[in-house]
Amino acid sequence: MIPLFSIAAILLCAAGLYIGFFVAPTDFQQGEAYRIIFIHVPAAWMSMFLYVVMAMWSGIGLAFNTRLSSMIATAIAPTGAMFTFLALWTGALWGKPMWGTWWVWDARLTSELILLFLYIGFMSLQAAIDDPRRADKAGAMIALVGVVNIPIIYFSVKWWNTLHQGASVSITQSPKMATTMLTGMLIMSLACWMYAIAVVLIRTRAVILERERHTVWVGELQGAAR
Amino acid sequence: MFLWIIQRDLLLAMRRRSDVLTTLFFFVIVVSLFPLGVGPEMAMLRIMAPGVVWVAALLASMLSLGRMFASDHLDGTLEQMLLSPQSLPLLVLGKALAHWLVTGVPLVLMAPVLGIQYDLPGDALLVLTASLLLGTPVLSLIGAIGAALTLGLRGGGVLVSLLVLPLYIPVLIFGAGAVEASTAGLGAGAHMSLLGAFLLASLVLAPWTAALSLRISME
Repeated sequence: MIPLFSIAAILLCAAGLYIGFFVAPTDFQQGEAYRIIFIHVPAAWMSMFLYVVMAMWSGIGLAFNTRLSSMIATAIAPTGAMFTFLALWTGALWGKPMWGTWWVWDARLTSELILLFLYIGFMSLQAAIDDPRRADKAGAMIALVGVVNIPIIYFSVKWWNTLHQGASVSITQSPKMATTMLTGMLIMSLACWMYAIAVVLIRTRAVILERERHTVWVGELQGAAR
Repeated sequence: MFLWIIQRDLLLAMRRRSDVLTTLFFFVIVVSLFPLGVGPEMAMLRIMAPGVVWVAALLASMLSLGRMFASDHLDGTLEQMLLSPQSLPLLVLGKALAHWLVTGVPLVLMAPVLGIQYDLPGDALLVLTASLLLGTPVLSLIGAIGAALTLGLRGGGVLVSLLVLPLYIPVLIFGAGAVEASTAGLGAGAHMSLLGAFLLASLVLAPWTAALSLRISME
């Protein structure tokens, strides 16, 4: 599974970047700078989506007391934080030429920043607890509490009149952008999906091996590796 | 049982009055530091006042969170509470309410005085106090979750700030926003309604979540 998703991520990323840089036309309003959306939008989507997935796995782990789902939640957090940071960073890079400032305190930017804090809080809480089962459950609680932030981010551009523009893409309406741009963006978000799945699977494997290091089967694996 | 918890926590706080006063003076000192840092221009201070007072209230309320469960955890009372047949969310609600009475109410009472220091007009002072009155119980309730999760951890004090402060942000935005809206002539009604909604939602959800977190931390 892991090689499959990794290769898919690399291929899709290459295709998306090719379309993004060479095929998609220059925007008549924003010039070349708009090309940042090919990474900004997928990263922002992933940052929210991964949090929901993390909260879901945490909830399952809490409700059914399954160890693996909590481990997956632990494995998702760093990737989610990375995408959140990437969305904020690329947004700042785009904001400088477009808005004339790196950062504004509008609702979407602020709530995305809170999302980053929530990821960091989740990770540091888990890191501070030595007992892994308690860490799983305590992390799950904070992940579930923080999930209220996701709809706020998602609807922030509708609820408040903000500088950040509204969604250009939606399922119900035809997109408000050129087809090549849309294709490039969707391919890039698929690439981000594949990357996230691959990395989360790798990290979950590492978490399992670390927690089960005293068991016989891990010892056998180590023996076989030598 | 609920009233008994509140009574007991208040009695304990009265026996250790210095703890309560420390929080209050922390609040006063933080607020007083800002004019020294940014300069004593009254026009600027008047604009900054609601935000500064609210941030200081957030920090003061957060600093005292550690005491909510820690001493009961140390002497074993908390374990007895968990074992008792009473409903745990109700007990947690009692503890959060006692925390608010001990730390939140003095902050609310002190806020008008600090507002005068910042030269706020009379109606803005009223809105500031009212917004703190609605907002500080939310801080205690949300804080109970963080305090329960970090119970007995090393470095729990820093960790609780990392967990709780992001959740405090909405209260801060609408609390300080209420005062700004009223000074701008827009009326604070909308912000106050939202603060009230936060209070009701956290009254229902937070004790239950904090009780679950306590069970996780104590097992």
